[in-house]
Amino acid sequence: MTKTLFDKVWDSHVIEKINDGPDVLFIDKHFIHEVTSPVAFVGLKNRNLKVLYPERTFATADHNTPTINQHLPIKDRLSALQVKTLEKNCNEHDIEFWGLGHKKNGIVHVIGPENGITQPGLTIVCGDSHTSTHGAFGAIAFGIGTSEVEMVLACQSIMQQKPMKMRINIDGKLNDHVTPKDVAIFIISKLSSSGATGYFVEYSGDVFEEMSMEGRMTVCNLSIEMGARGGMIAPDKKTFEYIKGREYAPKDKEWDKAINYWSSLQTDKGAIFDKEYNFKGQEIEPMITYGTNPGMAIPISKSIPSSKESDSKLSYQKALDYMEFSEGDKMIGKKIDYVFLGSCTNGRIEDFRTFASIIKGKRKADNVDAWLVPGSHKVLKSIEDEGILETLTESGFKLREPGCSACLAMNDDKIPKGKYAVSTTNRNFEGRQGPGARTLLASPLVAAATAITGQITDPRDII
Amino acid sequence: MAYDKFKILNSSAVPLNIDNVDTDQIIPARFLKATERIGFGDNLFRDWRYKSDGSTIESFPLNNKKYKGKILVAGKNFGCGSSREHAVWAIYDNGFRAVVSSFFADIFKNNCLNIGVLPVQVTDSFLSKIFSQIEKDPDSIFEVNLENQEFTISESGKKEKFKISVYKKSNMSNGFDDIDYLLNKKKEISKFANKSNY
Repeated sequence: MTKTLFDKVWDSHVIEKINDGPDVLFIDKHFIHEVTSPVAFVGLKNRNLKVLYPERTFATADHNTPTINQHLPIKDRLSALQVKTLEKNCNEHDIEFWGLGHKKNGIVHVIGPENGITQPGLTIVCGDSHTSTHGAFGAIAFGIGTSEVEMVLACQSIMQQKPMKMRINIDGKLNDHVTPKDVAIFIISKLSSSGATGYFVEYSGDVFEEMSMEGRMTVCNLSIEMGARGGMIAPDKKTFEYIKGREYAPKDKEWDKAINYWSSLQTDKGAIFDKEYNFKGQEIEPMITYGTNPGMAIPISKSIPSSKESDSKLSYQKALDYMEFSEGDKMIGKKIDYVFLGSCTNGRIEDFRTFASIIKGKRKADNVDAWLVPGSHKVLKSIEDEGILETLTESGFKLREPGCSACLAMNDDKIPKGKYAVSTTNRNFEGRQGPGARTLLASPLVAAATAITGQITDPRDII
Repeated sequence: MAYDKFKILNSSAVPLNIDNVDTDQIIPARFLKATERIGFGDNLFRDWRYKSDGSTIESFPLNNKKYKGKILVAGKNFGCGSSREHAVWAIYDNGFRAVVSSFFADIFKNNCLNIGVLPVQVTDSFLSKIFSQIEKDPDSIFEVNLENQEFTISESGKKEKFKISVYKKSNMSNGFDDIDYLLNKKKEISKFANKSNY
């Protein structure tokens, strides 16, 4: 029987199929962080349980940690307690913990891949919806709730209904200045913020084959923003090269065996998907959002459209009112107050290289506050080693320390009420980046061009 | 954590006729800092219920005294975005035991089922009928019958079936959770843990 990539990985992890119920799925790797894990550990304690396979769980502090002065105690009492609780729980249960200041610390979806924990064919979960990121390696990776975090800690497995399968194929070549972020936002704008709910997505075609691993991570990361549980891309030479030599990667004979198995993780010819979409790389332009969900996005050169029939008029108007935008407004030239570069979507080294490529030799606009937050300490180190920090500094930008930061504004990095931020993150929901903050999602290129001019700028007009 | 058994719920309902309500609206990230499952209810729809100075926004349905009950009725694609289970804890802490919509986000739906809040998915047209009924009479009673998998507008008797797997239905009606089930599978689980991936 022909199988999709998703079937191959899923089926090989099914411990039991429950009749008219979920599958019991074995979980290979589990990431935890300070925000969605504490109540799960309380649950374990109440049931008098230990973590079943602690070596399969990895912990980091990222969501509510400060991005300046990380060497000092965390000022916010509750954030400090949450991080301390995570450390205590990890010590009690023998879980590897990479806390603040640790050289492997960073955003959970950045550090998994960069330490070689994320590998093809694995099942990976985390109490965070952007766990879909790890699908870039041909793994099944998805976000879970805290009850499920407790399940995985206690039983290294989870009960899940097998999702339907969707394939999104994009052939052809991308235009200049069109980044993986634009590809993802383009797809979400076509499918809507709920268009892939109930599905697991496989991305295929020339565009994804050409894409770097960092780019693939950006695309898979954003799968959840159209409702998909996750997205994945078949592993190839690029995947293997990325993993090779990383700390947790297989070594020597194990490596050869791994490559052999990983190479089989391809969708069979003729395998059936429940839904398929086909787009052309050439039709994608630099994108930007104008509303309060990631599906409300348009090519940056276009004007805000009228509400589509599928949307409720009321909800559409509510979004535009929140943004203080009107139908027909042009996006280019709108004044911007903040630019944010970072997050599990665009906080990797490639994103900083991209950003730096535009700002080099130019000055940050005076009316823009720019927050640049590396995804991890390793990313931070590469920024320094590659001379990017110098470029940033010369252009008037400052770098912060790693963490989720203003992507969800749990720490002090909050965009003030009413202000406009061009952000390389994943969600433009109301108040996501701070109460009353207005977020426009875009690529690192658009963010850089905007930071230079102080208004929404097409990167093609600045290079 | 095992939870209350769910059999039949007769209650009035609170309407929230907005599409694409994400979990950042249900509970903003800045209120996720607790280390125990305590106090999330106070921050349900925080930024829609209160102004930044803390004063109440009277027009928001959850602040409107004419709406009450254990059923929350919401627009389509409810619970999208972040996986935070805190969103469902906040809903639960406000006394809701069932959430009705014409479409739920996947993780949110799982989170509901895992803590004993029943997600009831109805058609768009039936959802409109429910909203109209509440608008006509905010004290209208609705019946959620888990055994028959039916949601009924009591006044008119109009009803619609909803889906739930046999397994989850049994969990909900007996107050079991998945860990109760998985703990009996440790032997099978260990076989997977001991086998190489390649």
